[in-house]
Amino acid sequence: MTVDRSLIGRESEPVVYEVERGAIRKFADAIGDSNPVYQRGDVAPPTFPTTFRVDIPGLSFDLKRCLHGGEEYTYARPIRAGDRITVVRRVKDIYQREGSLGLMTFYILESEGKDPDGNLVFTGRSTIIVR
Amino acid sequence: MKDLIWQVGEALPPLVKEPVHKVQLLKYAGASGDYNLIHTDVETARAVGLGDVIAHGMLSMGFLGQYLTTLAGPEGVRRLKVRFQAMVRLQDVLTCKGVVKELSPAEGGRQLALLEVWAENQKGEKVTAGEAEVYVPA
Repeated sequence: MTVDRSLIGRESEPVVYEVERGAIRKFADAIGDSNPVYQRGDVAPPTFPTTFRVDIPGLSFDLKRCLHGGEEYTYARPIRAGDRITVVRRVKDIYQREGSLGLMTFYILESEGKDPDGNLVFTGRSTIIVR
Repeated sequence: MKDLIWQVGEALPPLVKEPVHKVQLLKYAGASGDYNLIHTDVETARAVGLGDVIAHGMLSMGFLGQYLTTLAGPEGVRRLKVRFQAMVRLQDVLTCKGVVKELSPAEGGRQLALLEVWAENQKGEKVTAGEAEVYVPA
């Protein structure tokens, strides 16, 4: 399998997400988190940024051949209902490694969410492994 | 939490989750927007050799997020980093655990704790593991 390393640096358009109380409640319910601030939808649980699914042009994965290797979030503050968050996602790195399942390609994708004043709210870093 | 001691080397009180249920995976798919059918459709899971559906890795990370906010409060989480090390299957019972690795001064007179955190299944296998930074509750 060849790897298109020219995708490194490729970035999504900025996408604005309006954080809805109902979306927070459904997310907390799915996790089974009974904390009232999440059940009311006031504050979003820490992994809520996973709901911001931003496409990067030219990058797609065959879902049957890819694994989610890891994920990292950093937070400047919690996300709250009513927040407007502008998210950008980019390809930070692509590399190959020989593993137990043969040659695997690792995609490191980084994301960044900012409030309307440009203040950083969160960053994300995903490792996607393609077999 | 009663027996919560913020000292280096100290194990934090565990969080035991309900068994992973098919409806939970359907809900998580809808709530998160991850519609990869290996999590919700047994035919797809079998076709790729998994035998049965597996939980979203991000669901187990969500459990660890819950764990951190249980320990440090919804405003207290600064960072969470995990690796997905093993598959989570239906009826698995995950327990979130953590150990304090470092304590350091942070902005605003607060104290920051570096934690080793993981979710393990009923066999004691670490399925999702990593580290976190939380502010120690005043």
